Amino acid sequence: MTGAIQCIVRRDLLLAMRRKSDVATALLFFVIVASLFPLGVGAEPNLLRSIAPGVIWVAALLSSMLSLSRLFAADHADGTLEQILLGAAPLSLVVAAKAFAHWLVSGLPLVLIAPLLALQYDLPASLYGVLALSLLLGTPVLSLIGAIGAALTLGLRGGGVLLSLLVLPLYVPVLIMGAGSVEMAAAGMGGQGQLLLLAAFLVVAAAFAPWAIAAALRISSE
Amino acid sequence: MLRAEQLECERAGRKLFRGLSLILEKGDLLRVAGANGSGKTSLLRILCGLLTPDGGEVRWRASDIRQLREEYSKQLVFIGHATALKDELTASENLFISCSLAGLRVDEEKVYAALQIFGLKEEKNLVKRLSQGQRRRAQLARLALSESIPLWLLDEPFAALDASAARLVEELIGRHVARGCVVVYTTHQETRMEGARVLDLGAG
Amino acid sequence: MNWFWYASPQTFFPLAATIARWSGIAAVVLALAGLYIGFFVAPTDAQQGEAYRIIFIHVPAAWMSMFLYVVMAFWAALGLAFNTRLSGMMARALAPTGALFTFIALWTGSLWGKPTWGTYWVWDARLTSELILLFLYLGFMGLQAAIDDPRRADRAGALLAIVGVINIPIIYYSVQWWNTLHQGASVSLKSSPTMAAPMLAGMLVMALAFWMYSIAVAMVRVRCIIRERQ
Repeated sequence: MTGAIQCIVRRDLLLAMRRKSDVATALLFFVIVASLFPLGVGAEPNLLRSIAPGVIWVAALLSSMLSLSRLFAADHADGTLEQILLGAAPLSLVVAAKAFAHWLVSGLPLVLIAPLLALQYDLPASLYGVLALSLLLGTPVLSLIGAIGAALTLGLRGGGVLLSLLVLPLYVPVLIMGAGSVEMAAAGMGGQGQLLLLAAFLVVAAAFAPWAIAAALRISSE
Repeated sequence: MLRAEQLECERAGRKLFRGLSLILEKGDLLRVAGANGSGKTSLLRILCGLLTPDGGEVRWRASDIRQLREEYSKQLVFIGHATALKDELTASENLFISCSLAGLRVDEEKVYAALQIFGLKEEKNLVKRLSQGQRRRAQLARLALSESIPLWLLDEPFAALDASAARLVEELIGRHVARGCVVVYTTHQETRMEGARVLDLGAG
Repeated sequence: MNWFWYASPQTFFPLAATIARWSGIAAVVLALAGLYIGFFVAPTDAQQGEAYRIIFIHVPAAWMSMFLYVVMAFWAALGLAFNTRLSGMMARALAPTGALFTFIALWTGSLWGKPTWGTYWVWDARLTSELILLFLYLGFMGLQAAIDDPRRADRAGALLAIVGVINIPIIYYSVQWWNTLHQGASVSLKSSPTMAAPMLAGMLVMALAFWMYSIAVAMVRVRCIIRERQ
């Protein structure tokens, strides 16, 4: 059973490596979106510093959502998804493995790049840690919840936009707590409470989302 | 071993079949015939558990396959229409992965041997560079490693194959059935498989 | 009474017509009663004058919007668990009405805001939650609209509704907290007038009226869906 799970993670990572452009575009999107805001609202340092946590988090949200449609679409198109559904390991574990691999490729890079964006917004260096940690805890939740949406919208026309409509409202708590933790830290109040809540979201999502994703995949494959 | 009772299936507003029952015991070979759109693929997918029928149930060794889930999946191989190969991987990588996912323990040697039987030698090429026929053979190579799997469900296994490959598949099926396993396959080509019962789903 | 007999769309079809007729009548009666209480019986508010009377529509609409989502999720769960076709149809029938009430709650909330605080929109915790609820409804309807196969549409929508209903408390709590964090929105629809008994009575009667209306409309819609799918 662990063999099948390791196999899926390795396979997805191998595929991502052979198609590096997909990974790079999501990352680039993150950077571009975050760079657009100063162009829109003006580069006044105080303003930028106050909107930085929110902007970086929204950019992470959007980037995460962009890459979600890729999660199952390729497997669905070439028929490997059916084989995964007929696999020997419990489907919820296999999809959790897929979501994990997806996060490694599209979520983790965001965590690593975020301090660079924080620099652009002149966020004090003391906040980099909280920002990175909030993204580290939050992006897996985004991947897990988003995977439910990706599974439900499998093969549908208008898939990408529909996926956003389904998934963005569900992202709101993560966004609020994620950006909120940095804002609390900026105000000198630590932000640990929000980080703990994010961790709680992660635990709950990791426990329940795989089941929902598996159920959604079965529904969509019929 | 495999028993389907009163299966009913409706797709895209059309009733494909109703009240369909079948019983398959050890060593049975069933050919599902019918024109395009008559429900052959749907029937096969119902038997795998991928599709839930609108009515009726499927039982494997007296247990409902919906309760069995992975227990049942472990005991079957399904070869569908799509080649189920990742373009960005080689044939051997693909075969290795599909066996691992199915819970089969295989090593490189066995994988290469299976591919060899189907005329695909040490292909270092990614699947996207293979021809349609080669891809099909790479997919079917899975059968050479599935001797321990008691149920084979094959959807159009002879499609896109040349004569020698088709004969190879027939041989594998024949040997599998002789081993006391069950094979269900669909095709709308006439084949030379001996001893196959035929289930005709009609003109669609 | 054998409930499972009514689980068949064919047998439910005539029953739905009866239910629709009676709840429709009840809805009209209750609405008239509620509006009478709201506009004539309840006293003028000392601070907000006559404009506050819009809460007799705003608050019941908001209650209904949340209640209907839960009911929708209930039917959805039933449909997934027992694989009954009617449950899925019920959920599909309820969604547009739920979305309508959410929209009404937002619109009346906005209309209340203007005379009271001078703006049409405040990022108040409740209004923001209602907005997100509207997105959840629209997502549900959008998903079902995008899927051609009715069975897949019902089941996909059901799963989404269940995921949504679990998330609603989490969303609500998060938005509440977010509201306290950003002190800018010091105005809140929570600063409603102190509840005099006739006000509460009026809101409850309107809520019942809306509920009867929802049932009537849902029944009519279910009949349409049943006929479509035959």
